[in-house]
Amino acid sequence: MSVQTKPKVVAKDVNVYYGDKHALKNVSVNIPERAVTAFIGPSGCGKSTFLRCFNRMNDTVDGARVVGSIQIDDQDIYDPDLDPVQLRARVGMVFQKPNPFPKSIFENVAYGPRIHGLAHAKPDMEEIVVSSLRKAGLFEEVKDRLHESGTGLSGGQQQRLCIARAIAVSPEVILMDEPCSALDPIATARIEELIAELRENFTIVIVTHSMQQAARVSQRTAFFHLGILVEEGTTDDIFTNPQEKRTQDYITGRFG
Amino acid sequence: MSNYLLIGGLLILMGVAYQYGARRSRAVSKASAKHLHSLPSHYGAMVALACGIPAFGFLILWSFLQPIFVAWVVKSGAPPDIAALSGPDLNQLIGRVTSIASGYGVSDTASAFEREAAGRLSNFLNIVSLAKIVVAACLAVGGLVFALRRITPQLRARNEVEGVIRIVLILCSTVAILTTVGIVMSMFGETIRFFSFVNPIDFFFGLNWNPRFSSTGGGSGDFGLIPLLAGTIMITVIAMLVAVPVGLMIAIYLAEYAHPTVRTIAKPVIELLAGIPTIVFGFFALTAVGPFLSDFGALFGLQIRATSALTAGVVMGMMIIPFISSLSDDIITQVPGAMRDGSLALGSTRSETIKKVILPAALPGIVGAFLLAVSRAIGETMIVVMAAGNSPVLHANPFEAVATVTVSIVNQLTGDLDFASPQSLVGFALGLTLFVITLGLNVVALYIVRKYREQYE
Ligand SMILES: Nc1ncnc2c1ncn2[C@@H]1O[C@H](COP(=O)(O)OP(=O)(O)O)[C@@H](O)[C@H]1O
Ligand SMILES: [Mg+2]
Repeated sequence: MSVQTKPKVVAKDVNVYYGDKHALKNVSVNIPERAVTAFIGPSGCGKSTFLRCFNRMNDTVDGARVVGSIQIDDQDIYDPDLDPVQLRARVGMVFQKPNPFPKSIFENVAYGPRIHGLAHAKPDMEEIVVSSLRKAGLFEEVKDRLHESGTGLSGGQQQRLCIARAIAVSPEVILMDEPCSALDPIATARIEELIAELRENFTIVIVTHSMQQAARVSQRTAFFHLGILVEEGTTDDIFTNPQEKRTQDYITGRFG
Repeated sequence: MSNYLLIGGLLILMGVAYQYGARRSRAVSKASAKHLHSLPSHYGAMVALACGIPAFGFLILWSFLQPIFVAWVVKSGAPPDIAALSGPDLNQLIGRVTSIASGYGVSDTASAFEREAAGRLSNFLNIVSLAKIVVAACLAVGGLVFALRRITPQLRARNEVEGVIRIVLILCSTVAILTTVGIVMSMFGETIRFFSFVNPIDFFFGLNWNPRFSSTGGGSGDFGLIPLLAGTIMITVIAMLVAVPVGLMIAIYLAEYAHPTVRTIAKPVIELLAGIPTIVFGFFALTAVGPFLSDFGALFGLQIRATSALTAGVVMGMMIIPFISSLSDDIITQVPGAMRDGSLALGSTRSETIKKVILPAALPGIVGAFLLAVSRAIGETMIVVMAAGNSPVLHANPFEAVATVTVSIVNQLTGDLDFASPQSLVGFALGLTLFVITLGLNVVALYIVRKYREQYE
């Protein structure tokens, strides 16, 4: 499937430094709207670093420096006038390890809408929470215990809770950093199904160390190695007809 | 003096034993062409321990037995009236005889019997100290030789040394526990005696504290705990009002905002505050804080005494700040970074993240720190003695002088004492009350803190 619409996110010549360490070198990539883009590559190659550029989470890391430009809908997100806090409401993130807050399930989901003032009355908030939990495929499992702690759920449920929490603020882009690496195969399958559903409404970027997962869930794939974007294209092309030898070696399991 | 020589000699002998053990193990290994089970140093340590432990054990045992023998020597051949002595009188007699025997003499003239007993005692002690040295030396050398002969390549010296170390560690912990038990027991006994003079209800619920004037007996209402407890609580509350907000802000700043270099410098500097002796805080209160508060109050037409609950509370609060800030800082930094990232990634600011995620997550631990600080404040003595004005009257005005439980213990238990009157025995009852309160607080606090730690295993 080829995506011909205008890209949602355009990254140009992005470089990231951690102190003296040059972690990401001249990466340029286009992220299509309402599709899943996968970042693959051996660990330490800079996938997470690049992902964290899209919501400026690298700003919170001491000593990290980002150079280059990233545009979302033609707006430069590294523009000094742009408020990174506002940006993060538009670009949600799901982390490697499920990290629900030690609060009730309801409060976990209501957290974002509350700080951004998205609900004006109590029924509005309930509406947002329920629909977010529904979209994350979690509502049926937790509808009787919305006011119990979110940390009491299973790992897979916690991760779906984190997804519900992210979509509760209606982001345009959702970043997922190895969202299944701490989960068992069944919970992983649930999340992959969910990603396929979310694709209809959100632009998704997922980092994964599993090539099968990239092949299953994504439409486009970018392969990174040692801080360099080696190759990028439709997932079908990358997996069936890679142009670069390093890509081929990696997807056939010769290193990584 | 001979004891120190003896101990020194034993230690030297142990050093020699170590060398012998290590050397012997190498020789044995070479002779039998076998690998040693343990390192030569383990064999050395084993021999040294075998040399030292029996001898020191004997010396310790002897130090317990000697007073019994001394009493027996003093009493033997005594006239019936002296043989019938017991308790403090006997101890006094033994003390006098021992002093004469050791050549220091006593202030008044010694009786004929005392002199005669002293002569016997000094003979006895001469023989005994010689015997002690001989026995200790025999045990040491015997242990050394015995251990040396045991050395074979198969001997598991390393495990044996390990076992001895374990026992030593257990003994040390036992000493600490027994000390606590001993303190509590001694307070307990005296408290029971106090309650034979004063009705517990009058003590725990009495509204008046005026121990001096009841010495003629009767007036038991004068031992009321309530005014003191009220003073303690008032000062503690003031101290917490000062320490908790400031300490918590320091902790938040250090944990969440400060640059790592600022943190590495500021944290120990703040903790330095905790190392200042409380008596220094006391005169800081007297010379600086008290007069300042009193002048400051005058600006608003408020009558604030220089030595008042407020002064003592404020200064105690300053003393407790590092306590709160350091514990809370540890607890806040223990909240996983993933919580922080999760909140920031949802588009909340730093302070929103702290207020809505970090502090709630850290709350149980902070409550634990708070309770530990409260128990610290309740037990604090010196600042209160100097700055609270010592007025054991029940009132609710923080600008007036108060007295606390600790101050009253000091007042009752300093100066000339006979531990038979309720005036001094009440000190133990107060001490035990304080102990129970702080123990309760500590138990609750440690329980909360532990629960909190488990949450993030
Ligand atoms: N906070 C940091 N400080 C310093 N170096 C970092 C930091 N985070 C990541 N790096 C380094 O940057 C490189 C890329 O890391 P990362 O993006 O986490 O890799 P990936 O997600 O592909 O495994 C690695 O070499 C890593 O050591
Ligand atoms: Mg990573």
